[in-house]
Amino acid sequence: MLPFDRTVWPLRLERRSKPSAAMRVASSPLAVLAMLATCLLLFAALGKDPAAAFRVFFVEPVDSLYGVGELMLKATPLMLCALGLALSYRTNVWNIGAEGQLTVGAITGGGVGLFYGAALGHWSPAVELAAGVLGGMAWAAIPALLRTRFHTSEIFVSLMLVYIAQLLLSYLVHGPWRDPAGQNFPQSPPLPDNALLPPLFDGARVNVGFVIALLLAALSWWFGKVSAAGFRMRVSGLAPAAAAYAGISERRNVWLALMISGGAAGLAGVCEVAGPIGVLQPVISPGYGFAAIIVAFVGRLHPAGVVLASLLMSALYLGGESAQIELQLPASVSGLFQGGLLFYLLAAELFIGFRLRRVRARDA
Amino acid sequence: MNIAVWVTIAASAVRAATPLIFAALGELVAERAGVLNLGVEGMMLVGAMSGFAVGVASGSLLLAYLAAAAAGALIALLFGILTLSLQTNQVATGLALTLFGVGLSAFGGQSFIGLPIRPLPALRIPVLTDLPLVGALLFHYDLLVYSSLGLCALIAWMLNRTRAGLRLRAIGESPAVAHALGEPVTRVRYLAVLFGGAMSGIAGAYLSTSLTPMWTEGMSAGRGWIALALVVFGTWKPWRVLAGAYLFGAVTVLQLYAQALGVRVPSEFLSMLPYAATIVVLVLICRDPKTILLNQPASLGRSFHPGY
Repeated sequence: MLPFDRTVWPLRLERRSKPSAAMRVASSPLAVLAMLATCLLLFAALGKDPAAAFRVFFVEPVDSLYGVGELMLKATPLMLCALGLALSYRTNVWNIGAEGQLTVGAITGGGVGLFYGAALGHWSPAVELAAGVLGGMAWAAIPALLRTRFHTSEIFVSLMLVYIAQLLLSYLVHGPWRDPAGQNFPQSPPLPDNALLPPLFDGARVNVGFVIALLLAALSWWFGKVSAAGFRMRVSGLAPAAAAYAGISERRNVWLALMISGGAAGLAGVCEVAGPIGVLQPVISPGYGFAAIIVAFVGRLHPAGVVLASLLMSALYLGGESAQIELQLPASVSGLFQGGLLFYLLAAELFIGFRLRRVRARDA
Repeated sequence: MNIAVWVTIAASAVRAATPLIFAALGELVAERAGVLNLGVEGMMLVGAMSGFAVGVASGSLLLAYLAAAAAGALIALLFGILTLSLQTNQVATGLALTLFGVGLSAFGGQSFIGLPIRPLPALRIPVLTDLPLVGALLFHYDLLVYSSLGLCALIAWMLNRTRAGLRLRAIGESPAVAHALGEPVTRVRYLAVLFGGAMSGIAGAYLSTSLTPMWTEGMSAGRGWIALALVVFGTWKPWRVLAGAYLFGAVTVLQLYAQALGVRVPSEFLSMLPYAATIVVLVLICRDPKTILLNQPASLGRSFHPGY
């Protein structure tokens, strides 16, 4: 009751008679604006010109064709992971290990490209992508199995598997998959040319992964809105007891949620390895799988929202990189913004169900 | 393999367990009050960074630990305002706290990377410390190791033997009933969350100023999550949590000594052990749903709105 105790605060939090539709749309933009204001204050406090910082974060990323390509490139893994996570969270399945599923997708997809890419010819990218999806699914199958069979929280299991996946990748590139001609660098030989995903347009690095992500967003909208399986998942997320009473299988929903989110994250991983990176190395992702959790919430767990939120988050990553060079700010400033954004968002969501009302003297 | 080596391993397992004990016991108190705070990892990192920074700047480890506890409690307060006053989802807010803590500590600790700090010294207890083997095994630790045992005893006593503990548990089991009986549910939950934050902060500072006396980004490496799992593993009972922490301390240090013990396994696989062990023990404890049902605070993770 601390900040809203009516005796110490002239405003009172009051439940709305029904959730506000306007706030449902406005909460994410409001949170972004609040975050933006905080950032500019922080920059001013650090003695940087807020206007220059704004330009670096939100104008420069999109002021050239190359920039737009980079924005789409970085948005791809975020969008892929976040679409799956949004679906999963709607079902009340808390997969927080997308980073691990992404890493395993990179290992399986990248491994296929590495060892069979030359033999597969022009089929190579398709087979790699499939292998990446399967790898992510296999990794997500562990929390699914342990939750449905042994009632073990998928939160802990999926997160622990992130560390295990990263160590597995580190073992492979330090050991059996290390490039013998690589001067002892911990990385695999480069993927053969025909195993790489071609860029979407000249002068940019964004690849077919972005198109797949957009298609998946449309598919996921259809799945959630129209399909019976999507409906069952939503019901079991909103009202687990009612879902069980209606005979909706929780086991099936948990498996579906984790297979879809794991597969999408695996796809994100292979798109990185067969796309901009081109080799397997100890670090494949600067935390896309975790940032995707924020993207999913900022997108209000809705596919269209996720698409927009992943573009925003991608701008934050790009801005963080240029801020390092142009403003001498540490790269970690992006991480600070991401975490802060989620806090503002959670607070803003409150106003969907509640409103603030001034307490008059006679009420108090 | 002589016995002195085993004593060394056991002693480093005890030290490795200490941050887990602080973080897990703090979380245990919050969870017994019905609040699930998944932000332990973030609070530990913020504690590690602020403790290290204050320790380096002031040269005083006492100030370092105070600062770490205050920093942990401060960002736990953020979590409290969101979940307890603004009724946000505890799982999502806890995740937000972890992600924010990772970012904040990396940002704030930027200029402290690579600096040295003098770690907490082991206490010398006259006669006892000098005993052969027993001295090294039991009486050659720093103050925090002994405090963690005291903290466990204190929390066990407080929860099970005092009126305040009974009230806290009642709030965790049924906030509505406790509220009807006139208990200040939200206030008690705030205090429990702040206590959890302070303990996580101390756990983090122990990492950065004593266990591995330096600051690196993300240095807690999942220990916050392991501490959370330990609360479940210990079925929300302080002494079992303590035992679980020592088990994990042992698993963590075994990888460091595996080479000396003649184990020929790539180091990456040994480093996976604590994470794999977390999954295994969780499966063992959760396998029978009754274990969780009987021990987990009934209102864990649910918001409570007094409805004025």
